[in-house]
Amino acid sequence: MKLASLLARAHVRAESLAVLIALSAVMAIISPVFLSFGNLFNIILATATYGILAIGATFVISAAGIDLSLGSVLGLASVTGAFLVVNLGLPWPFAIVGCLAAGLAAGAVNGLIIVRGRVPAFIVTLGMLGIARGLALIISSGRGIYGLPEEILFLGQARPFGVPTPVYVLIVVALVAHYILAHTPFGAHTLALGDNEAAARATGIDVRRQRLMLYSLSGLMAGLAGLIFTARVNTGDPTAGLNYELLAITAAIIGGTNLFGGRGSILGTMIGALIMGVLQNGLNLMAVQAYYQQMAIGIVLIAAVWLDQIRSRGRI
Amino acid sequence: MSLLKLTDLHKSFGAVKVLRGVNLEVAAGEVIGLVGDNGAGKSTLMKTITGVYPVDDGMVRFDDEDVTHLNPGERRARGIEMIYQDLALAGQQDVANNIFLGREPTKRLWGILPSFVDKARIDSEAQKMIDRLGVRIPSIHLPVGMLSGGQQQTIAIARALTFQPKLVIMDEPTAALAVREVQSVLDLIEQMRSEGIAVILISHRLNDVFEACGRIVVLRQGSVIADLNKKETNMNEVVSYIVGAHG
Repeated sequence: MKLASLLARAHVRAESLAVLIALSAVMAIISPVFLSFGNLFNIILATATYGILAIGATFVISAAGIDLSLGSVLGLASVTGAFLVVNLGLPWPFAIVGCLAAGLAAGAVNGLIIVRGRVPAFIVTLGMLGIARGLALIISSGRGIYGLPEEILFLGQARPFGVPTPVYVLIVVALVAHYILAHTPFGAHTLALGDNEAAARATGIDVRRQRLMLYSLSGLMAGLAGLIFTARVNTGDPTAGLNYELLAITAAIIGGTNLFGGRGSILGTMIGALIMGVLQNGLNLMAVQAYYQQMAIGIVLIAAVWLDQIRSRGRI
Repeated sequence: MSLLKLTDLHKSFGAVKVLRGVNLEVAAGEVIGLVGDNGAGKSTLMKTITGVYPVDDGMVRFDDEDVTHLNPGERRARGIEMIYQDLALAGQQDVANNIFLGREPTKRLWGILPSFVDKARIDSEAQKMIDRLGVRIPSIHLPVGMLSGGQQQTIAIARALTFQPKLVIMDEPTAALAVREVQSVLDLIEQMRSEGIAVILISHRLNDVFEACGRIVVLRQGSVIADLNKKETNMNEVVSYIVGAHG
């Protein structure tokens, strides 16, 4: 029982953790290399990119919104940062600024159109999915931009104290995001907005501003994920992050975020992202074709929402 | 001197004129009943007082200040509270968080991290308020969606009273309640009046209005057609004003 209350305090669902442990146990039995240090790092390294995206997804979905453009914005950020440094020859910090600014800008445009134009988030971000991907291909002429400076590669490939840099980035970002969602007024207003928008407005919460900030934040996370991705593969890749919105949204949902808003937890999402990572890694180790992995993730997403529906029908 | 003064309020939604020049004054500690048929403009009028709807024309003065162009949050900070008919509660959040929704007290965590919502303080003050209202809630840590209608009504009232309001507007607070719960809401209104809080009670239940209010204001087709002292009127007269049959 002590564990249960500890999990509740950390806003983590016991079921998600149980699934992660069970899945890991199964993989460990099937594949002897699963539990090796090298492989565990592989999992976390792979998790880092879409784990950051999933943090953005968690904020937006907690507020009963959706951001389908996450993966495309990641790609746009990747080529923007690389283009500034490699093609224009600007100093290395511009890769960071470029990635983050491109992500933030795309998110802010999403938010502005949703708030000002009252266009459903589903449509706006679906449109942005196409726009950002197209823009990424235009900027890069459809080719990868190679040859980033050492300082940027450090963010993706270095291993300070034996741990890959992206893992540090993910942990820091996740802790800050957890603090914001679970312990600040901004987080409380996000959950209230997703729970009952009329109530949020009635208590004086500026819901338009809140929405704008949430979509901007989501874009910024996509920009950061784009930066990490670019640094890891040493490429500004216009196809980076293809279908990552599927991974990010699934990680958030199986981590316990309510698709209809009002409930969400960053630590839960991190467990969700790890479940996705373990699942993909395990399927890789079992030499299952990548095509089947796509299917598996889709099935997990639908099953997670389905289970949540069954559960909530039993309650409120 | 009046606490709230509405001057010539106009509000339209497209071609529909909902408020056509409403004038009304409410003094501190006064309980007035606002009655009228469906579509008379009661809810719209209340939302122009809380700031949810901006008015097309006219002025809202509160506590000697023109608040016409302030948003709901700013008006709430000045002491205007509203309890909505649908209660405006966030069903998945717990009782304590609902009471402090939109006004979470914060502190610095470990003296460093800013904007940390002080959950311990929220819990203890919410518990105090629930106790003060003398109502039974199984736990302030339960999501409000799991509580009964009467319990939710109490939480909505507790939320309105937690920040020392000067004016509380209640929209149909007794409509969905059992008999015993109705009486406890009426008792709470009396308690507010005795503490100097002004109350505007919107209700279709004239019995409740006559029991709780000293003054009864009738709204018809977007304007005030009668402003009656309870002692000088009766239910038949009020009904005839509501339906427009009063000569």
